[in-house]
Amino acid sequence: MLHEAASGHPGGSLSAVEIVTALYFGGVLRHDPENPEWPDRDRFVLSKGHGVPVQYAALAMAGYFPIDELSTLRKIDSRLQGHPVLGTAPGIEASTGSLGQGLSIGLGMALAARLDANDYRVFVLLGDGECQEGQVWEAAMAAGHHRPDNLIAIVDYNKFQLDGATADIIGLEPLAAKWESMGWKTREIDGHDMRQVLDALQWSMSAGEPACIIAHTVKGKGVSFMEGENAYHGVAPSDDELARALGELDGEDPEEQHAHALGSDHVLEEAEKSIDAESQANGKGGAR
Amino acid sequence: MKDLYPGLEFGKATRDAYGEALRDLGRDHPEIVVLDADLAKSTKSATFGEAFPDRFFNVGIQEANLVGMAGGMASCGKVPFISSFAAFVILKGYDQLRMAVSYPKLNVKVVGSHGGISIGEDGASQQSVEDVALACALPDFVVCVPSDEHQMRAVVKAAFEHNGPVYIRSGRPKAPLIYDATPDFAFGRAAKLREGSDLTIIANGLLVASALVAAERLARDGIEARVIDMACVKPLDEDAVRAAAEETGAIVVAEEHLVHGGLGARVAQAVCTSQPVPIEFVGLDDTYAESGDPAALMRKYGLTWKEVEAAARRVVSRRAGAAR
Repeated sequence: MLHEAASGHPGGSLSAVEIVTALYFGGVLRHDPENPEWPDRDRFVLSKGHGVPVQYAALAMAGYFPIDELSTLRKIDSRLQGHPVLGTAPGIEASTGSLGQGLSIGLGMALAARLDANDYRVFVLLGDGECQEGQVWEAAMAAGHHRPDNLIAIVDYNKFQLDGATADIIGLEPLAAKWESMGWKTREIDGHDMRQVLDALQWSMSAGEPACIIAHTVKGKGVSFMEGENAYHGVAPSDDELARALGELDGEDPEEQHAHALGSDHVLEEAEKSIDAESQANGKGGAR
Repeated sequence: MKDLYPGLEFGKATRDAYGEALRDLGRDHPEIVVLDADLAKSTKSATFGEAFPDRFFNVGIQEANLVGMAGGMASCGKVPFISSFAAFVILKGYDQLRMAVSYPKLNVKVVGSHGGISIGEDGASQQSVEDVALACALPDFVVCVPSDEHQMRAVVKAAFEHNGPVYIRSGRPKAPLIYDATPDFAFGRAAKLREGSDLTIIANGLLVASALVAAERLARDGIEARVIDMACVKPLDEDAVRAAAEETGAIVVAEEHLVHGGLGARVAQAVCTSQPVPIEFVGLDDTYAESGDPAALMRKYGLTWKEVEAAARRVVSRRAGAAR
């Protein structure tokens, strides 16, 4: 998609692959691709809007729109805008791309659910660099006050932002303590271990309070030459890089079998297996 | 302030009328939610909050979060009215108004109180002189500056009935009465308060009262001014502006705002694309104000009937010069 568009943000999309896959295909989000406006659906707000390629891929795989449409990303007249826009691609829940805003929007959604005595849940995926924005902490503090049990923040902690390592620019640590101090139940996981991602999402839904999952990830995960290489924050792969990346993601080299490509049968099977068991156990989850 | 508006009775402040109108709407419309950022007693959104505490959210001193939450609630079917001082909700919430309200065209009503400089002693940091320009710059936003308590009630009702973003500016001081009951009101439709053929004064907010006083003074010298209350700055009643240009040939625009970017700029744009005529502007000329008694501020910064009258005489003389 990004190669076709010749622009975009591969690094921050790849770091969130397991998280987004677990949400859409791991039986976490209650949603209906045939009815994107279903009022009782769970909401997923991509606050780190530059990572939208991974969400578009998931939405297409889930059936919100044709997979062929992914090649229109960032092109004129496309529904797939360079950053998410509410009212364009079905399944997009908020306009983001100016960082720091998604958690406030998610909190508003969570409180609207409470007012309507509805039980839909709101998941907000934030970037780590994004947590430097003051508005994130306004929303975190306000959520700590109102204590909606249907609001879940996930931080894609890939340790990098556009200009370099977060630790070198404005360090985030102690990150978990910050969320906890604002009244959030917090758990840290390996954001590329599907088992841990699924477990944490299940935990977050029954936390009884606002829950934050800090997912330690690797920017550019799954593509050897992009992993931890911040040059790919906002640069699309060239022809050669695309071929190498797809080769690795498809498991051409047995040493490189990451199975991180969206739609990878391996990931999906794993997700389905583990979630079937868990959703049966707690009586919720799964597409409508 | 009474000295500034000789001959006019005073009613409530528009902010008081806002709180009451919102509370009254809230009785019949459970989808209305109200959010404030620790200024509810000043913006008067507390009037709603006291009646409907379950639908009232004081988010604290967090204007960015205030706007973002409202966007989230609106996307889930609520009709949020959000309030703070105009200077804070517009300026500190501007990117959020863009991303979470304007761009996704969400049904959020933004009410900025303490608009203009007539807030008085608190000084320039609390006064709002650029809010109308900024609100007008947000696509899809309707922007209104009501002149008195009755018109504010009509504007609040229209805002609720409109499905889309609306900005309303309210004021701190008691406002002179322009109407004697809730007037008919629709976005994009001006109210003609006085007929005249020599020029038209187009105003909103407190300057409507100033325009009426100025028109009386001008009439003593045989200059008949049409007076238009242009509470709705966007969409502008372009028909009323065009008619004013064609039928009176000269226009004064008066507002408690910077002369650039507000009502004056929008009227000028409408005039020069339809029927170009001389225009004079009454407003703040590229400056902030300061602390002081509201009336003293309005005098010092040229926002009284006297400046409107002087502008009227200038514009009439410019038109006469052009005719020669």
